[in-house]
Order: sequence, then structure tokens, then C-alpha cells
Amino acid sequence: MNATERADGSHPRSVPPGAADVRTPRRRKGSPRRHLTPRRTATRTGQYAALLGYLAFLAFPLLWLLSTAFKPPRELGSLHPTWIPEAPTLDNFRQAFAQQPLAAAAGNSLLAAAVSALLAILLATPMAYVLARVRNRLSRAATGWVVISQAFPLVLVIIPLFLILKGLHLVDSRIGLIMVYVVWSLPFALWMLTGYVRAVPRELEEAAAMDGAGRLRTLVSVTAPLLAPGIVATALFAFITAWNEFFFALVLLKSPEKQTLPVVLTHFLGAEGVADLGPLAASALLATLPSLLLFAVIQRRITGGMLAGAVKS
Amino acid sequence: MRHDPAPGRPVTRRGLLAAAAALPAAALLPGCSDGRRRSAGGRITLRFQSLAWQQDSLKVNKQLVAAWNRQHPDIRVQYVQGAWPTVHDQLLTSFEGGEAPDIIHDASDDLADFAYGGDLADLTALIPPRLKRDIPQRSWDTGTFNGRIHGVPFLQEPRVLIANRAELHRSGVRIPTPEHPWTWPEFEEAAQRLTRGTTYGIAWPLKEPVSATLNLALSTGGQIFHRRSDGKVEVRFDTADQRVPRTIHDQVNVHRSASRTTLGMGGSDTLPGFFAGRYAMVPLGFSYRQQIAQQAPRGFDWTVLPAPKGTALDQGVSPQTLSIAEDCPYKEEAMAFIDFFLSPPNMVRLALGDWLLPTGQEALKDPALRVARYDWATGTALAASLRSAPAQSVRGYPEWKDKIATPGLQEYYSGAIGLDTLRKRLVEDGNLVLARYQR
Repeated sequence: MNATERADGSHPRSVPPGAADVRTPRRRKGSPRRHLTPRRTATRTGQYAALLGYLAFLAFPLLWLLSTAFKPPRELGSLHPTWIPEAPTLDNFRQAFAQQPLAAAAGNSLLAAAVSALLAILLATPMAYVLARVRNRLSRAATGWVVISQAFPLVLVIIPLFLILKGLHLVDSRIGLIMVYVVWSLPFALWMLTGYVRAVPRELEEAAAMDGAGRLRTLVSVTAPLLAPGIVATALFAFITAWNEFFFALVLLKSPEKQTLPVVLTHFLGAEGVADLGPLAASALLATLPSLLLFAVIQRRITGGMLAGAVKS
Repeated sequence: MRHDPAPGRPVTRRGLLAAAAALPAAALLPGCSDGRRRSAGGRITLRFQSLAWQQDSLKVNKQLVAAWNRQHPDIRVQYVQGAWPTVHDQLLTSFEGGEAPDIIHDASDDLADFAYGGDLADLTALIPPRLKRDIPQRSWDTGTFNGRIHGVPFLQEPRVLIANRAELHRSGVRIPTPEHPWTWPEFEEAAQRLTRGTTYGIAWPLKEPVSATLNLALSTGGQIFHRRSDGKVEVRFDTADQRVPRTIHDQVNVHRSASRTTLGMGGSDTLPGFFAGRYAMVPLGFSYRQQIAQQAPRGFDWTVLPAPKGTALDQGVSPQTLSIAEDCPYKEEAMAFIDFFLSPPNMVRLALGDWLLPTGQEALKDPALRVARYDWATGTALAASLRSAPAQSVRGYPEWKDKIATPGLQEYYSGAIGLDTLRKRLVEDGNLVLARYQR
């Protein structure tokens, strides 16, 4: 049987084998319609209700942020706040941009996040391939170490890391920050990508080799396209980790012109938890937009990629 | 599938990869400088890290820096924005990395570790006589550690009672003034009279209960931290120290004149309830007036009352300070900037921008700070009663506060433990903590 042929003899559609098809299967012509029994109906209703509740739980902070960003100060001090601002205003956005260099900070965050995500992918992809394809004691130990490295909390590494970067004159340097972001996201990226590589059937590569393709050709033309959803999902993970990261940026960057968005957002906070709530909400809303947009644009690919990494071929 | 890769394609791919790798590196090149531009063409640059965060305050800070730079082209001051919630961690690593700002804005209760650690310059001999005379000794005490001045105190914040004026009039209680404040028993009685229906007489926002308790305890002679003859500090919790905590506890648990739910809140969290008439009074910092002025519903009438008096009207404060990093090679120039920044007219502008009180005597005389609008006059009248917060120069205080006092006071105020248990924790457990710092 050809490696790309299914067990039932049918041929795959254009969905790559690495990406699971999450669409609901179409009902075949002529097959009997499945009637829902009352019990199944109740179960399904309960499932949807639970899903709705979970979605509301997830969406609440974002919707509240959206609402707060457009509220004037008097509505922020109301004991009975409304979801929809009674007198919506853009003053919070104007004030936020007037007070702090949000655009420059967003540029810094974008640079750090994009470069670190790119580097993490460039490093993690070949490493993941080797870890997935080469099964020996060393690869098992390396995989174990990758998993263990996730257990170290940030506070444990920050001081040694700071001293190392200080010795390399990389404190207050964008390069230093990006190096940290790459190192910080690399283990998880590696772990994710290893799963994706394992999901690509080895038989495909063997078939390519039998057709005369060299190692590099096989990797580039066969394996890489199938890994694309996984690479996109991993890159997105690395990007968002760096985009949202606060503590490293706070500790490592000193010059105001290099500060990233999460650090600049704290400038709307005063002592003892007092906050300039309107401009803070407006800025925070703007800070969440890139993540939201990225997810919206490539959500389908991510879903496929995540599922691909989750199941065995 | 093709059998042979097209000749030259791998090279192209390598080229592309190299270009892809080079792009980010090229983008980063302008950021490679170490940022410590100390001297350029005979001109020096000082970095001033400010924690100003409110719109008016930010504007004033930046305007003063710009004014200085216009007047002193050879000593340029670069404005660097810091933030209150992160300043300690940020300074700690900055000092370690040799990247600290030259002029540092902070609060006096955050300076102890840096002062004792040798990170902050001794300003004693650098302070110009005008500035030394202008700020009273009680304020200098807040920035003094081991007899050396490490911070110039310039803005301070008394804790006041912000009250719903309509409720005060309805209840018929005597309205206290800075000249005739309530005593603590009068305050307790007023809170009870103001309590009716769903309205509590007072709401104590005690998410951070330690500084509020310690600072107000000064009015009853409470010190809690007592310095022994050998210079070491020990915790005591005597009758004078217990007066304020007991009052708060009784208002919540015995008289029911204080809301229990606000015990876990920050100051801002109580304002919606205050505006809605749920609480007649809220003890808050003086600067909360700005938030109230912005957020209060139209027609809501509020006023500022002095905190209650015990044996004195005193209360502890931790003023905002300006310090100079020990590493700064231009300390005299940095002090010249501080002197300019804190000249009386500038101190008034800074105080108005932050809705706080200046420490300078000349600034306090300014008519702009003695107006009835927003009760500026009430605050200014309290300036003479502000003292150094009892705990601020005590080493080990942050650990005592976080591990011992905060949970202890929270449990006591909510009624979970009694006064004896609280005393045992604050004193016995507390002194064990302090002992580690005083070996």
C-alpha cells in the first residue's frame, strides 16, 4: 500500500497528513439520518451550555477591557458599571498616546518578538527533527532535559542570567533580550515541534528516498510542507510569549527608547495599586490586538497543527 | 516527484537563509550601544528616572527637565520613565548591572536597602544650604540612614478622611478641622452615628494594612519599632501601639460601623461604594482627591477631614525622594539639578501635579496650596504633623511586613484572631525576623 493511501483504500484530500482534519465529516448520500434521542439531546445541550459558559469565562476580561477603554472617568467610578459605555469616548486613547511612547514601545516589542520567534524556529526545527527521528539514549536524554528545563521558574534563573549577560555586555541591549527570549521559548518550541515531526509518517520520507530524492530534498520538499502548520503554531507561541513578556524586559533593558510595551504599560500605575484606569485599559487593549489578529488570521492552521502534534500517526 | 534537485537551488536557499539571518541582525545593530553616554563634546548627560505617572505630574516633570536643559546646555538631563510598582526590582538590577540612572526618584521607605548597600550617594555635604534650610528636619529624617542623607524628600502624603458632606450634616456630628480634629473616641462615635441602613460610617481599605496601621499609630504614641541603646531595633506592641488596630477591629467586629468587605480592598476600590452612599467616610491618602474629583458623580459633595488625634495629631509618612547613584561621576551637577527641580515654585508645581504636599516650607506658603477648593488648605495645615514613618529605616522591615504583619493584621481586623495572638506574632515571630538582619 502506498504511504499516502488510507487504510480504507481512499486517497487523502489536500489536507496534509500532519494536520488532522477537524471538520465534521459530511453525511454520505443515502446514509440514514441519525436521530437524537432525548437523552442525547440533553447531553448535547449540556455540552453546549458548558462550552458557552467557558467561552464567556474566557471572553470576560477582554470584553471588560474593551468596555473600560471607552469609558469616561465618571463611569469608571460607578458602583453599577455597564457593559456598554453610556458616553463612549476616545479620550483614554488620546491620553495614553500623549503620556507614553506607545508606538515606539510597540515597535520594540514587535522587533523582539518577531526576531526571537524566527530564531527559535530556525534553531528548534532541525533539533526537533533529529530528536524525533533519531532514537537513541542521547536523544531520549535530550528530550528529558528539555521537559525538565520547563520546570525552572523565572525567578530562579533571572539573577544568574543577568550576571551572564552583564559579563557579555548584553544588559540594556536588544540583542541580549532577544537571546533570552529565544532561550526561554526554545525548550517548549522544541518539545512542540518534536511532536509534529513524529506525526509525519516516516514512510513518506522513505518513499521520497526510493524515488531518488536526496536527504535535503526530502526534508525541504516532503517534510517541511507537512510541518508547516506545526511551525506556524510554534512560531506563534514563541511570538506571543515574547510579545507579552514583562520581567526580563524590565530587568534587562534600561534605556527608555528600548523599552517594550508591557513595561511601558506599568507607567500608568501609581503607588499602592492606584491606576490611571482609562488610559491603561486603552493601551492594554491595543497591546492585545496583535495577538488577536494573528490568531484570527491563522487560527485554522494552528488548530490543524496542534492536533497533528497531539496524536500518533 | 522530481528525481534531481535543480542545480544551484540549494545555494539559492542557503543564500536566502543567510539573508533571513542577516536581516534581524541588521535591524538590531543600532541598538548595540551600551547607552552610557557620559560625555559628548564636553557636554555631560545625566539620566533622571522619574516615577511621575499622572497626566499633570508627567507634564510638569518633563517641562522642568526641558527648562533645565535650556538653561544648562552643558549639563543635559535625560528624562527616563520609571514606574512605582516595579521601581525596587528595576533599581536593584540596575545597580548590579552598573546601569543605574544618575538621579533617582523613589520613596523614602524604599531606600534603606540601597542606602545601606552603598548604592546611593551620601548627599549630606552636597546639599545646598538653601535646600537644607527649606526642608524641615522632620522631613530630612525620612531620607537619613545611619546619619547620612541618601534621599531629598520633596513630596509627602498625609492620610485623611474623605467624607460624604451630606451624610456628615445629616448625622449632626461635629465637623473636625486640623485645629480641632476628632479624638479617636470621637471618631468611633461619629462612625457609629453615620452608620444607618445599608450605609456604613467608615470603610477601611486595608489590602495593605501595615503602613496605614503603623503611620496612624504615631498619633497615639505608638512606635512598634523601638530602637534600643545598642542601636538594634526590636518590635513591641504595647498599649499605645494597640490603640489604632483595636479601634479598626472594633469598628468592624463589635460596633459594625465599618464595612467588613472593604478590608481586602485597595483605596480606589472603595470609591464606587463611597460615591453610591454605601460608606460615609473613607480613610485615604491625600492624593486620592484627584481620582475623586474626576470620578465622583455630578453633585456629589465631599470633603477632606484630618485623621483622628491621640496624644498628638502626628502621623508617619514616607515622602517621595530624589537620590543620586553612588556610581554617578557628576554628583555636584546632579545635585544642582535637584536644587533647580526643587526650587519653591517648582515644588509647588510638582505638588499640584501630583495632588500631594511639598516638604519645602517656602512652597507650603504658596497661595495655590492654601485654597479651599479640593481642601488643599486642610492638607497644608497638616504638613507640620507629618513625621518619618516608624519602620522605614528598619532593616528587615519588608520581610516582617510581608510574612508577619500583613497576614497578622488582616486576620485580626477580620476577627479571625484576637489581640493576644496578634501581639505574639508581631513581637515574637517579628523579632526573630529582625534578628537575622541585625547580627
